[in-house]
Amino acid sequence: MTFYLALSVLLFCVGLAGVLARRHAIMALIGIELMLNAANINFIAFWRHSSAADDLSGMFWMIFSVAIAAAEAAVGLALVILVFRHRRSVRLDELESLKG
Amino acid sequence: MNASSIPWLTLLTAIPLVGGILILGSHLPDGQRPRRFGLLFHALSLGVLALIFTQFDPAVGSMQMVERWPWIPSLGTEYHLGIDGLGLLMLALSCIVLMAATAFSRRDIPSGRIYHGLLLLLQAGLHGAFTAQNFIHWFFYYELSLIPAYFLVKLWGGPKRGVAARTFFLYTMAGSAAMLLGFLATYAATGSFDFAELAQRGKGFDGGLAAIYNVRLGLPELSTRALGLLIFFAIFLGFAVKIPVWPFQSWLPLTYSEAPAPVAMVLTGALSKLGVYGLLRIVLPIFPEQVWQTQDLLLCLALASIVFSAVAALAQTDVRRMLGHLSISHLGYCVLAVVCASRITPLDGNWEVEKQAALTGAMLQMFNHGVIAALLFGLAGWMEERVGKPLEMGSMGGLRQKAPVFAGIMGLAVFASMGLPGLSGFVGEFLIFKGVFALVPWAACLATLGLLGVALFLLNYLRTTWHGALSGDSTRFADLTVRERAWVTPMVALILLLGVHPQLALKWLNAAAVLLTERIAI
Amino acid sequence: MTGVLDILWLIPALPLLVSAILSLTPARVKGGAAPLSIGALGLGFLIACAALAEAVSDPGQVRAHNFTWFEFGSSAVKIGWVLDPLSALMLVMVTFVAGWIFVFSIGYMSHDENFTRFYCFLSLFTSAMLGVVMSNSLLMLFACWEVMGLASYLLIGFWHHRPSAAAAARKAFIYTRIGDIGFLLGMLWLYAETGTLLLYDNGAGCLEANALTQLAGAAISTGMAASTGIALLLFCGAIGKSGQIPLHVWLPDAMEGPTPVSALIHAATMVAAGVFLMARIHPLSTATASAKPIVTATAPANATAQSAQPAVRMEAAPKSQAHAEAAAKPTEAGGDSTSSPTLTLNVMAWVGALTALLASLVAVAQYDIKRILAYSTVSQLGFMFLGLATGGPAVGVFHLLTHAFFKALLFLGAGSVIHGCHEEQDIRRMGGLWRRMPATFGTYAVGMMALSGVPLLFSGFWSKDEILHSALAWSGSKWPFALGLVAAVATAFYMTRQMAYVFFGPHRGHPAMYEQGHRIPVTQPHESPMVMTLPLGVLAACAILLTVVGTPMWPWLHSVLSGHAPEVRREVSVGVLFAMLISILAAGTGFTAGWICYMRRRASGFNDGDPLQTRIPSIWRCLESRGWIDELYKMSFGIWTAAAGRFCDWLDRIVLGGGVRMIQNAALATAWMGRLWDEFFLNGGFARGCEQTRNSADRASLVQNGQIQRYLRILAGALALVALWIIWK
Repeated sequence: MTFYLALSVLLFCVGLAGVLARRHAIMALIGIELMLNAANINFIAFWRHSSAADDLSGMFWMIFSVAIAAAEAAVGLALVILVFRHRRSVRLDELESLKG
Repeated sequence: MNASSIPWLTLLTAIPLVGGILILGSHLPDGQRPRRFGLLFHALSLGVLALIFTQFDPAVGSMQMVERWPWIPSLGTEYHLGIDGLGLLMLALSCIVLMAATAFSRRDIPSGRIYHGLLLLLQAGLHGAFTAQNFIHWFFYYELSLIPAYFLVKLWGGPKRGVAARTFFLYTMAGSAAMLLGFLATYAATGSFDFAELAQRGKGFDGGLAAIYNVRLGLPELSTRALGLLIFFAIFLGFAVKIPVWPFQSWLPLTYSEAPAPVAMVLTGALSKLGVYGLLRIVLPIFPEQVWQTQDLLLCLALASIVFSAVAALAQTDVRRMLGHLSISHLGYCVLAVVCASRITPLDGNWEVEKQAALTGAMLQMFNHGVIAALLFGLAGWMEERVGKPLEMGSMGGLRQKAPVFAGIMGLAVFASMGLPGLSGFVGEFLIFKGVFALVPWAACLATLGLLGVALFLLNYLRTTWHGALSGDSTRFADLTVRERAWVTPMVALILLLGVHPQLALKWLNAAAVLLTERIAI
Repeated sequence: MTGVLDILWLIPALPLLVSAILSLTPARVKGGAAPLSIGALGLGFLIACAALAEAVSDPGQVRAHNFTWFEFGSSAVKIGWVLDPLSALMLVMVTFVAGWIFVFSIGYMSHDENFTRFYCFLSLFTSAMLGVVMSNSLLMLFACWEVMGLASYLLIGFWHHRPSAAAAARKAFIYTRIGDIGFLLGMLWLYAETGTLLLYDNGAGCLEANALTQLAGAAISTGMAASTGIALLLFCGAIGKSGQIPLHVWLPDAMEGPTPVSALIHAATMVAAGVFLMARIHPLSTATASAKPIVTATAPANATAQSAQPAVRMEAAPKSQAHAEAAAKPTEAGGDSTSSPTLTLNVMAWVGALTALLASLVAVAQYDIKRILAYSTVSQLGFMFLGLATGGPAVGVFHLLTHAFFKALLFLGAGSVIHGCHEEQDIRRMGGLWRRMPATFGTYAVGMMALSGVPLLFSGFWSKDEILHSALAWSGSKWPFALGLVAAVATAFYMTRQMAYVFFGPHRGHPAMYEQGHRIPVTQPHESPMVMTLPLGVLAACAILLTVVGTPMWPWLHSVLSGHAPEVRREVSVGVLFAMLISILAAGTGFTAGWICYMRRRASGFNDGDPLQTRIPSIWRCLESRGWIDELYKMSFGIWTAAAGRFCDWLDRIVLGGGVRMIQNAALATAWMGRLWDEFFLNGGFARGCEQTRNSADRASLVQNGQIQRYLRILAGALALVALWIIWK
């Protein structure tokens, strides 16, 4: 159990670091996917070791989450492509037109 | 419709009001036509006034031609008009003076339609105030007359017109504000704004209005006497500024010297009479007790007006300033008479006669001074028109050689001002002196100093400006034209006629004076 | 006969009407002015003569006609006219003398372009004087008195383009006005005490017994009787009008007017009015509480009923005045008085005597022909007051009448001399004129002798003698008599001096003419035309003929004025003869001294000093500059008045105006304070608050730099903090 959680934290931190530190949008997207997957690991781990392991709720949430991740990746990549088309760049530190 | 059902007094106020609005709203070009329209409306007023004279019964002292309708019941205010002999003569005075002022105005005055419209509005204010029997009505018109006067000084005045108009307006407004406060206090105490009703309540010396004040206003920390005096002084201040009484007179010389001459005619001839009229109609009947309590102080103020102004006029170099001081001094006699008439006298003796003399004299003096002072200022205006600049003593000399007729009329006005018998100034002054001497001898003795001072500076003026060798700007000074002579003649005739036969004016005043004397007696 | 009383008002009204007509006549129309004015006066003279006849037929009666002038309150002010010997005599004298002065003016003023105006003013002047004389009310008297002041102002300043004339006119008006204020106050006092200003009103008038008793009894706080106070105040008016010390300074200056005006002012009108006033109110001056008039001769019983009517005519109101006077004055020239005179009479006698003396001394040292006569008038008026005070109205008025004739004569004579010498007024430039102007010389000599009191033939002698006699017999003090005696000597002296300078010796002409090498001046002095010499002749005749009515043998005038029927007296008392002797001696001394000083000397050049000047230079200088009284007044009252004027103006502008400005400034300052408070505190606070909010927002917006990763980092940090907080808790 501790192992799964440690893995999940590690994975999450790697993803977070990727989102926060990488300049490239796709890399940030990958970081987000990593963090999502860390959450998935948590879902499975907590489900597997809980008292209500006989229903499929943990599995269900994980599959739901993977589906969302897939949709998110699709939308995210589409946005990145559109941004790239528009600005000829996907470097995040150059995308600051939303500043106040 | 018979004559008695026509609302004559409303009509008399409405004519100039409508006329003023019509002229102000019209598109008359500058030149003769606004002046002619103004004259037309003034003539109309005079005509209505003549009809009023035929309706008026001189034997009755109380209010006549009364119009009385409910107006603002919640404020105790009625539309209440009425005149007695004094009101009638004041109406006549304002008609005469305004007519003369219009006639004496330059024909080429810029923005003539505004100028003449304002003059008509001013007259409406005067007529409204002189016929009012209710404080709200009175106050409305009293203030209405002030506004056109302000603009007339401000827009058509001399080089320092801004300061003059502002001083005049602020001073008078301060007085009016005090008066309004005083009347609001009276209203709070008595619940009435009606002059007759207030006079009825103020009659007698058993505390009069003051007793009511203290009960109603509930100011236990003030004594009854102090409260009464406070309210009296507030109202007196309003009139004291208007007349003006020393030491509230410092606006006057400046205003009179900066205003256009015809406006100065109206200011001294008619507007200042509002103050004395207020003393006679409002202060004396409503506050007899307070006037009596402060009599010594008021006497000193009146004497200061008479003497200080006459003496200060000696030091003036500007002719119009000098004439302004003359006006203060002359109206001081009226105040003196009014104050002396409030004296409590023993029941024996002929005191009533003396009081009647003082009051009749004051009323007559108001009328005569109005005509004479208006003539003096009008003539000064014509002199300025000829010279093209303000009149300085000593800047001209020997004008009588160039303009003998002008000099004659000027001399007549000057001597009438000095109270020469045979001219109208004398009888009023004599009656005032008669009453004052019997009531307060020392005041009469001191007041004679004013007579001397007036003679000194007026003769100085004649000597330096009209007599002596030709000098300064006088070489091209033209005599009166035929048109000017025609305008001057009625005023001169009036001065002579009332000097020789004062009964013409006095017969309207006597009954009113008798009634007023009874009212203010204990 | 009531006819004369009814038309008495026409006497002043006619000249007034003429004056009104002339005032409207254009200056270029010259024709009608003189005939019209003289005609009006002539008609007035006829009526006045009829009135005199009526009055003297029963001299004890006072006939009055009163009517209401105006009403005030519930009372009425009445005025009216009176016909008694005093007013009738004055009316005759004024119309007569003024009429001849009018005639003289035709010639004298013929070249003046304002000829018509001149007659207009003259008529007004005379009309006012006539009004004064016949008025039965102090108010009407005062009114006419003031109008006369106006007319004198106009006439003295007739040549108004001359600064000196304009100044003299103003001076005359102001100085008389100072006296008039006393008059006004006295009148008001009288009105307050008695309730009437009518002099005679069927027993209710203020000069009748009832009122006098009341006045003499009423005392003010100082113990002075009301009658004394009133009489003294009225005397102030007389001092001003009649040029007595200390208000005499205007009278010598008044000769700036044309010479006929001087004659009119100095003789028939104006100055006479003051003396007349005191004669008129003489009962008031003499009323004492102790010597109450006997109230036996009051009005008939119906008097009160009549007086209620607007117009009351009194036909037979006996003159109670005589009773009132009985205590204080000698009723006959030779009479004597026992009780001491009232304060009023004392003051009057002293003022009169001092004026008589000082003015006659000043006249000695003048060089202007008219100024000498002017001071002579002042001096003679002093004599009149002395006479009034010591001998009652008859004595004073007799001198007033005789003086009117010979002083008019002298002034007109001086006018003729001036006219003949081409407007030369300095007596040092005249001389030897008796040859060139015989008619003028003759008449002038008559006037001069009448004035100096040459015995027996000339009216001035008798009237002055009477004054000196009554002063001698006066119970008050002998000093006024002594002063008057010296004045009489001085009078004879200065008139002799004037005659010597003007008519005798060589003609001295104008010095400029000599410088050009002419020994004889280019234009000789010439005699005046007939229209000017005729009045001189008539007046000279009168100056002599008037003797008839006032000699001690037949004191017609005296009796008539005292209300008695005239009678002829066979014998004359020793006292009268003694007084006559003294007067003759006084006049003789004056003549002799004058003869010695001037006639024998025959001054030949303009610059030769006066003999007296060389002998007593310091006194001469004082007299020549008229005692420096003008300068004294200028240095005192003139400066004080100007200072008071400046002070009041300063009070007005600086103190009061300054006070108002201070209040105004205080209000403005408050407004500014309010504005500062508003702008810098309230508005400022709000604005700064807004500013700071905006600034902080600006700074806060730095956070929102659009870089998604920074947002996320913050988010992450926050998450971490939340996590830590949860854990720590």
